[in-house]
Amino acid sequence: MADRISLTVDGQSYDVPDGCSVAAGVMQSTGLTFRQSVGGEARGPLCGMGVCFECRVTIDGEAHQRSCLLSCRDGMQVETGQQTASFAYASGSERRNVECDVLVVGAGPGGVSAAVSAAEQGRRVVLLDENAHIGGQIWRYDASAPTANPVDAWRTRLVDANVTITARAAIVAQPATNELLADVASGPVAIRYTKLILACGARERFLPFPGWTLPGVFGAGGLQALVKSGYDIANKKIVVAGTGPLLLAVGAYLCKRGADVTVLEQTPREKLLRFAASLAWRQPSKLWEAFWLQWHIGLFSYHPGCWVVRAEGAHQVHAVMVSDGQSTWSLACDALACGYGLVPNLELARLLGCAIDAGYVRVDATQQTSVPGVYAVGELTGIGGVDKALVEGQIAGWTAAGRHDLAADLTLARDTAENFVAALDETFSLRDELRLLPDKDTIVCRCEDVAYGPLQSHRDGREAKLQTRCGMGPCQGRICGPAVEFLFGWHNDSVRPPILPTTFAKLI
Amino acid sequence: MNYDVAIVGAGIVGAACARTLALAGLRVVIIDRAIGGGATAAGMGHITVMDDSEAQFVLTRYSQSLWTQLSPQLPADVEFVTTGTLWVAADDEEMAAVQQKHSYYQARGVVTEVLDGNQVARCEPNLRPGFAGGLRVPGESVIYPPLAAVWLIKQALACSADVRLGVTVLHCENTTLHLSDGSAVTCGAIVHATGVGADALAPGVPIRPRKGHLVITDRYPGFARQQIVELGYLKSAHGSDRDSVAFNLQPRKTGQMLLGSSRQYDTTDPSIEPVMLRRMINRALEYMPSLRGLSAIRTWTGFRAATPDSLPLIGPTAKPGHFLATGHEGLGITTALGTADLIVSHLTGRPFAIAPEPYLPTRFARSASHG
Ligand SMILES: Cc1cc2nc3c(=O)[nH]c(=O)nc-3n(C[C@H](O)[C@H](O)[C@H](O)COP(=O)(O)OP(=O)(O)OC[C@H]3O[C@@H](n4cnc5c(N)ncnc54)[C@H](O)[C@@H]3O)c2cc1C
Ligand SMILES: Cc1cc2nc3c(=O)[nH]c(=O)nc-3n(C[C@H](O)[C@H](O)[C@H](O)COP(=O)(O)OP(=O)(O)OC[C@H]3O[C@@H](n4cnc5c(N)ncnc54)[C@H](O)[C@@H]3O)c2cc1C
Ligand code: FES
Repeated sequence: MADRISLTVDGQSYDVPDGCSVAAGVMQSTGLTFRQSVGGEARGPLCGMGVCFECRVTIDGEAHQRSCLLSCRDGMQVETGQQTASFAYASGSERRNVECDVLVVGAGPGGVSAAVSAAEQGRRVVLLDENAHIGGQIWRYDASAPTANPVDAWRTRLVDANVTITARAAIVAQPATNELLADVASGPVAIRYTKLILACGARERFLPFPGWTLPGVFGAGGLQALVKSGYDIANKKIVVAGTGPLLLAVGAYLCKRGADVTVLEQTPREKLLRFAASLAWRQPSKLWEAFWLQWHIGLFSYHPGCWVVRAEGAHQVHAVMVSDGQSTWSLACDALACGYGLVPNLELARLLGCAIDAGYVRVDATQQTSVPGVYAVGELTGIGGVDKALVEGQIAGWTAAGRHDLAADLTLARDTAENFVAALDETFSLRDELRLLPDKDTIVCRCEDVAYGPLQSHRDGREAKLQTRCGMGPCQGRICGPAVEFLFGWHNDSVRPPILPTTFAKLI
Repeated sequence: MNYDVAIVGAGIVGAACARTLALAGLRVVIIDRAIGGGATAAGMGHITVMDDSEAQFVLTRYSQSLWTQLSPQLPADVEFVTTGTLWVAADDEEMAAVQQKHSYYQARGVVTEVLDGNQVARCEPNLRPGFAGGLRVPGESVIYPPLAAVWLIKQALACSADVRLGVTVLHCENTTLHLSDGSAVTCGAIVHATGVGADALAPGVPIRPRKGHLVITDRYPGFARQQIVELGYLKSAHGSDRDSVAFNLQPRKTGQMLLGSSRQYDTTDPSIEPVMLRRMINRALEYMPSLRGLSAIRTWTGFRAATPDSLPLIGPTAKPGHFLATGHEGLGITTALGTADLIVSHLTGRPFAIAPEPYLPTRFARSASHG
């Protein structure tokens, strides 16, 4: 990343590394505050992966752009703060039509392996992803180490099998049966397919606590994604908190990039030890083995049974209050990376009418959902990591290509991977104390600035939404939905097209 | 007898009736699954005077004046804003309609302004250039209907009304209501403010659901300044039985743009229909091409309760003790307050502020015999 390009932020020009995301470019240039919330609070990026809409800025006159999803271009003009009243729009092309045998939505491990498996059987495959690079979360493109990514080997296979890869393409609607509408940078594309494989992955679960809306509070995977896209954290003091194996992966990664890291895991030590012991014989992948190792190597300090009760700072976070249930203490930090596990991205499955069981897409032995011809793989069917996604992708890809014989051989491998899901869920279940963290003024819905207090009197999520605007903003409950589900037990299953904010130009 | 009146339905109409009846000193109970969960959760909330018929004009005009009187008391979250309405005329034929509307309104004391093409462009710079002209109605307003319903019910509760939420009425036996939780409520009179669901408790009510699509955008404060409606509304199939779309844009207090509208009979499926949505958006883009660059964040549908003569059903039915307050089609947010006033007069004998006859349910033979 030796090359530098020029980025103009709020009228000032800055040098940023070529290849970095706009979010990283802005953070390096003017700091962590990107916008004013509807209630006037300063806000900055949270999720790092296009889910939270907190990183919105105006780019070359176009308002409400998610800067974490876009790469900097030389000469790009960015405005933070209030969205401007100008309504520039790229004149955009007419809707294009594309046809394929198998459409795969999401290019993480599940989607990539599904696409390769179907294409190697001679099917015409289109693979789409909202991100600028394929790889999904775990194989996310790393601007500081662009080589040595496991996805490279897969890319070769995708190319060899003639898979059409379309990056920066988000599915937003279903204009007709067996047809999906993609919002692509170059214009809207309607894709007709015979079989559809959903590999939309997961996002982080965020739980509200006082101060969680301060700039400098990120998701755990969120901060990792932002660092991979070019945000420099060398010598910064970072607290990684929340729950799940992801915290260790993130902690290790941030250390490697030069940060001083403390990890706080809400799960009690005894539960973790039981989990680690079980890995010894289950051992679905090296990643999980690393869990055990990292704990003992001591790259960073790791504290089980602790959680953040408050983030503090005037304009951005400078300290967190931590509790272990007995006492609380303060830790100074430059950033907090906090995630409470993963939740599947069910919006598209819901739009298509796929049945959902206990929070995951219901699939049969061939990964087929309740909608014939539509398959789901990876985190959509249970949070289980890369091995599960790869094997499910293969099963779905082969089944969609009519090779049930090949798919059947993988049943055992999948069952092994899936056993792991239950162990994860059990180990990293959320402790009840986390429900008590928000006070009445703590924001729950960040898009609309709806606080915890006004939500408490409502009887269900729909009533709360209509009467407080909770979940009505651009993220449509992607962030506050899992939080209110944990806090109040409300489910939000109402999905309408477009499933992501989309300009009118692209909807026609 | 527990209550003087039971109101079935806590949409804007039921809520308005509850407030007015409670203020008149009656013991009121209002029953619904939730407050403002039906058409009231879906409507645009444009408080507007319409002149398809004299009776429609009288009810909308009277109701609008009641909203204006109430407005100083409305809490901020009801989002009452006097934006005014701009009727846009695309050609000379529509300009003739502008003149007609203008003289009709003037004669009845409604302030309106005729605009030429340039004035329309200055008034709403994001409209495409070259319109023939338009009619501005400066006194009209916009509200957020679900919270208006909540506020009206809170006012009723303050006058010792009761509210029963989380239940529905399964059936009525004379003036006893049987609820879905197994309980019963006995009262002197029942007001059916059940919107499009009126038929279930009062079979034979001549109501047809008329579906509408809406889209709301992210926040673009200042993009449009007033409610903008095309006059092609008059010429398009909006008046007929066929599916139709018309350009109707509302700036919300939040800075969001709410875009309507479509009209469809013969469906009760609430799903978004991509074809209708596209038609509606394309129609809007003909009027306002720069909408292209705005981000739509949510779409939804709602059902208007349409009657054969486009006038609501307000008043007693042939069944003793049963009153209807439904059939408001696309104007129920506006006409809720006038409806409540009529209902109070029907129930208490208080003099009518406007003539009740055009809205009486008994004007339709079939509903007169409902049982
Ligand atoms: C003026 C205005 C502005 C709005 N602005 C926004 C906005 O900015 N962002 C946004 O996301 N939304 C906004 N909404 C829309 C609102 O949140 C819902 O989307 C809308 O109420 C329609 O809901 P739905 O069809 O999506 O159904 P949902 O709200 O998703 O409800 C699902 C289902 O619940 C059922 N239901 C539950 N209770 C009832 C009941 N009592 N009566 C009838 N049916 C019931 C219905 O069958 C319905 O289909 C706005 C609404 C209005 C009126
Ligand atoms: C797309 C669209 C746009 C519109 N725009 C406007 C506008 O700009 N201006 C305007 O003035 N009007 C507008 N309207 C019309 C307006 O929304 C309706 O006329 C109004 O909301 C009707 O209110 P209501 O209380 O009669 O019905 P609803 O709000 O539907 O309330 C009826 C209630 O009765 C309840 N109910 C039914 N049966 C039972 C039962 N058996 N037991 C218990 N409860 C029951 C339902 O749950 C529901 O809550 C629009 C409508 C649509 C669909
Ligand atoms: S940080 Fe970009 S959308 Fe969340």
